[in-house]
Amino acid sequence: MKRRDFIYLTGMGAAATMLPGIPVTGRPITPEEALMPVDPALKKQMADVALNAARSKGATYTDVRIGRYLNQFVITREDKVQNIVNTESYGMGIRVISNGSWGFAATDKMDKESIAKTAELAVAIAKENSRLQTEPVQLAPQKGYGEVSWKAPIEKNAFEIPIKEKVDLLLGVNDAAMKGGANYITSLLFMVNEQKYFASTDGSYIDQDIHRIWPTFFITKIDAATGKFETRNALSAPVGMGYEYLYARPQDKIQGITTLYKGRYDMLEDAKAGAAQIGEKLKAKSIEPGKYDLILDPSHLWLTIHESVGHPSELDRVLGYEANFAGTSFLTLDKWQSKQFKFGSNIVNIAADKTQPGSLGAVGYDDEGVKCGQWDIIKDGILVNYQTIRDQAHILGLTQSQGCCYADNWSSVQFQRMPNISLQPGKEKKSIDDLIKGVEKGLYIIGDGSFSIDQQRYNFQFGGQLYYEIKNGKIAGMVKDVAYQSNTQEFWNSCVGIADASDYRLGGSFFDGKGQPAQSSAVSHGSSTARFNGVNVINTSRNIG
Amino acid sequence: MAILSKEEARKILEKVLSFSKADGCEVNLNGSDGGNIRYARNSVSTSGEDSNISLAVQSYYGKKAGSATINEFDDASLEKVVRRAEELAKLAPENPEFMEPLGPQTYGPSKTWSEATAKITPDYRAQAAANSIGPASAKDITAAGFLEDNRGFTAMMNSKGLFAYNQSTNVDFTVTMRTNDGTGSGWVTRNFNDVSKLDTAEASKVAIDKALMSRNAKAIEPGKYTVILEPAAAGDLIGLMLFGMNARQADEGRSYLSKKGGGTKLNEKIVDERVNIYTDPQHDDVPASPWMPNGLARKKMDLIRGGVVKNLIYDRYWASQKNVEAVPLPGNRIMEGGSASLEDMIKDTKKGILVTRFWYIRAVDPQTLLYTGLTRDGTFYIENGVIKHPIKNFRFNESPVIMLNNLETLGKQVRVGGGGGPGGGGSSLIPYMKIRDFTFTSLSDAV
Repeated sequence: MKRRDFIYLTGMGAAATMLPGIPVTGRPITPEEALMPVDPALKKQMADVALNAARSKGATYTDVRIGRYLNQFVITREDKVQNIVNTESYGMGIRVISNGSWGFAATDKMDKESIAKTAELAVAIAKENSRLQTEPVQLAPQKGYGEVSWKAPIEKNAFEIPIKEKVDLLLGVNDAAMKGGANYITSLLFMVNEQKYFASTDGSYIDQDIHRIWPTFFITKIDAATGKFETRNALSAPVGMGYEYLYARPQDKIQGITTLYKGRYDMLEDAKAGAAQIGEKLKAKSIEPGKYDLILDPSHLWLTIHESVGHPSELDRVLGYEANFAGTSFLTLDKWQSKQFKFGSNIVNIAADKTQPGSLGAVGYDDEGVKCGQWDIIKDGILVNYQTIRDQAHILGLTQSQGCCYADNWSSVQFQRMPNISLQPGKEKKSIDDLIKGVEKGLYIIGDGSFSIDQQRYNFQFGGQLYYEIKNGKIAGMVKDVAYQSNTQEFWNSCVGIADASDYRLGGSFFDGKGQPAQSSAVSHGSSTARFNGVNVINTSRNIG
Repeated sequence: MAILSKEEARKILEKVLSFSKADGCEVNLNGSDGGNIRYARNSVSTSGEDSNISLAVQSYYGKKAGSATINEFDDASLEKVVRRAEELAKLAPENPEFMEPLGPQTYGPSKTWSEATAKITPDYRAQAAANSIGPASAKDITAAGFLEDNRGFTAMMNSKGLFAYNQSTNVDFTVTMRTNDGTGSGWVTRNFNDVSKLDTAEASKVAIDKALMSRNAKAIEPGKYTVILEPAAAGDLIGLMLFGMNARQADEGRSYLSKKGGGTKLNEKIVDERVNIYTDPQHDDVPASPWMPNGLARKKMDLIRGGVVKNLIYDRYWASQKNVEAVPLPGNRIMEGGSASLEDMIKDTKKGILVTRFWYIRAVDPQTLLYTGLTRDGTFYIENGVIKHPIKNFRFNESPVIMLNNLETLGKQVRVGGGGGPGGGGSSLIPYMKIRDFTFTSLSDAV
């Protein structure tokens, strides 16, 4: 690795405490510069320089990633624009196998001489690493695809929308929330475009154009008399879409105790609802701790799926490669080999999918040139598979990688990252109301909140944005100070109902961290509303004087 | 190449400012050389080096500001980056919170550079990893570790006459040792400016011993327990509390330091009177840069003294609104300790739990600073002054404010790394501490 710039977003006030540190790699550019892509013919020439240079130094395999990573972030609070960030990061990462070991080097100097030198450095590093290597790399075979391309099926490139339109949208959202009784609001629009070119000695030259967008807000309301404050975050999802995500249509809305969004998002409407609900939240009853049946909305359940299914089924964690940081996994190989490890109840089917339109993880090919697809992780409640890349496939007896390789920048070395992992909808016709109707003592949870899980992914605790008490099949009112704690296997075995496909929605993470040095990736998790019986709920209120 | 001397940096910065045509201009020049080695399954998985130098220009017209960066330093490139920043400033919306750059400042001396760390080579890193993997494999243990080192400089200059320069080094090492039967796990962390203080074999032995000691842990009931927190565990929670000492959030009524009916808890007692926490950029054990990236001078300053909040962090805009001096984000944190060793503290405990570290700490309620997370890599039950047996990991739900009100004993201080995350980076000096009534809410099977 050669160059890495981190610009931490600052001045985000209270929102900063709710978001992870958000690294933005790159140099500032004007919005217009973002619309000028690099010619694929030029990228092929540069890639061939690297492939040839590495081969001449003894590499037995080489892949080259030429990446142009564009970010545009617009950040506002109340009636002010706090920051507008436009960055571009452009360069090349070269990964080789030599003497049976990996070597990697990267450069942002894109002349022939610098590219060749970087390729040679990658080979030299591989040879150095091979002295400490205990097992040589075994790469699953991969056919070359020749010159191919893939573009995310977006309708409106967000980078083409004038900044003013984005600023007006956010300030309008803020105004609506303030008029609705909020004391503070921070609203943000994150937009990402990855223009990635991959070439390898297998004979692939793959040009891809990937878009992601995430509109979100954080509202705060203070009760002056008691000094208490509450927050309500947006019910949006980060998605693999263009600006059309913000053009909501009536058919994208699910009406209920609050409006929920499917495929498109009405930010203004959600902010108005949020401002009203936060007032209700301040006055809501504090939860009585105990066992409850939980009805979990997809805007909440995605994070539980991410943490308790997505991470433990990463094969590199299972094998111990992440032991010193993120941890290992309780889904050990013997459980998979037994073909009878009861991960969840019979109705729990969880699939990996790198092709789902509108999802954050959708690409045509992964970052080692493998065409992407779908496969089951949990089938009828049983653990049946993991997530793999080319140098892990043989461990599962696979003859081909599942295409889970990703690097967050040209300067980062690619490694195994989570594909979209989603709970499949129920097969019987069932609505949210049908699920609620059957619950005697329960909670209906909407939106994601606090989240924490252990290093092997057994014990977790989650909070949400909105909590409604269910009594005898009916919603009895809002409650607060809620978090539920469970064990992954117990929790998924307590799943007794899943709404049908008409309720299926995506949630996701825009900044999922993994690895040392840490890399960020974006991933979606879909589900329909689901019911989990007898989950332990704690009360989170405290007094510090 | 990436490390420029003070005079080399000054020359480039003066050149950049000479091109400025805006109302004003501020330039930051940073460079670093670093390297890392990562190992898992007793074998090196990745290693690399990076070198990075970049120059950032912020130009402004009134309250409209624009920034641009570059990593080429010929005259034409330097002029180009200034023009770019000026173009962006003209296009930017007015920022009512924009503050003009600071004038010249006086800074204390810097102690953040170590020649030994600056000279680290790939061979050193490979040997450091080998010194950790070797003893592990000899004891049927699997090592996974990460060593990262860095040497760098930061410099800034602006059109109001301010010039600042600092150079620093840092090395951070962590290793997780797991027994091959999967029932024991130990962890250790070391963080220094001066790598000659780092011994990865010594550190690895601590983690190996913990892994062996933690095999076949017993489950005990969750509840309120007296705990002895190692500095890495205590430091994580205390760091989050100190990061929350932002004046604006407290004034706005949305902080644990906001008072009912308005105002803040500045100058009020919030924790046990034996709690004293301060920052000091010239501290020998945890030196920090004597200035912030915006040029504000860092000085020795109390954060909490006698349990009373002595200072809140004011950015320059908020300070101007409140008519107070701006207070910089601390570059380090020092919590005063006592003379007791860990052994003394265990000997003095009738019934309690020793915690090596916490993991996956997340905010539950910002009003009370309630956090949840889990113990990890070495949790032990203490009875009648001795460690009786390892116990299964717990989930906690606890606030550092409540925790520091339930203080029993403070022990010796240890340096812990702060990482580069939202806590503001920098290192801390944190004592071992014994806390009563620490709230564990559920059990975890994780090893």
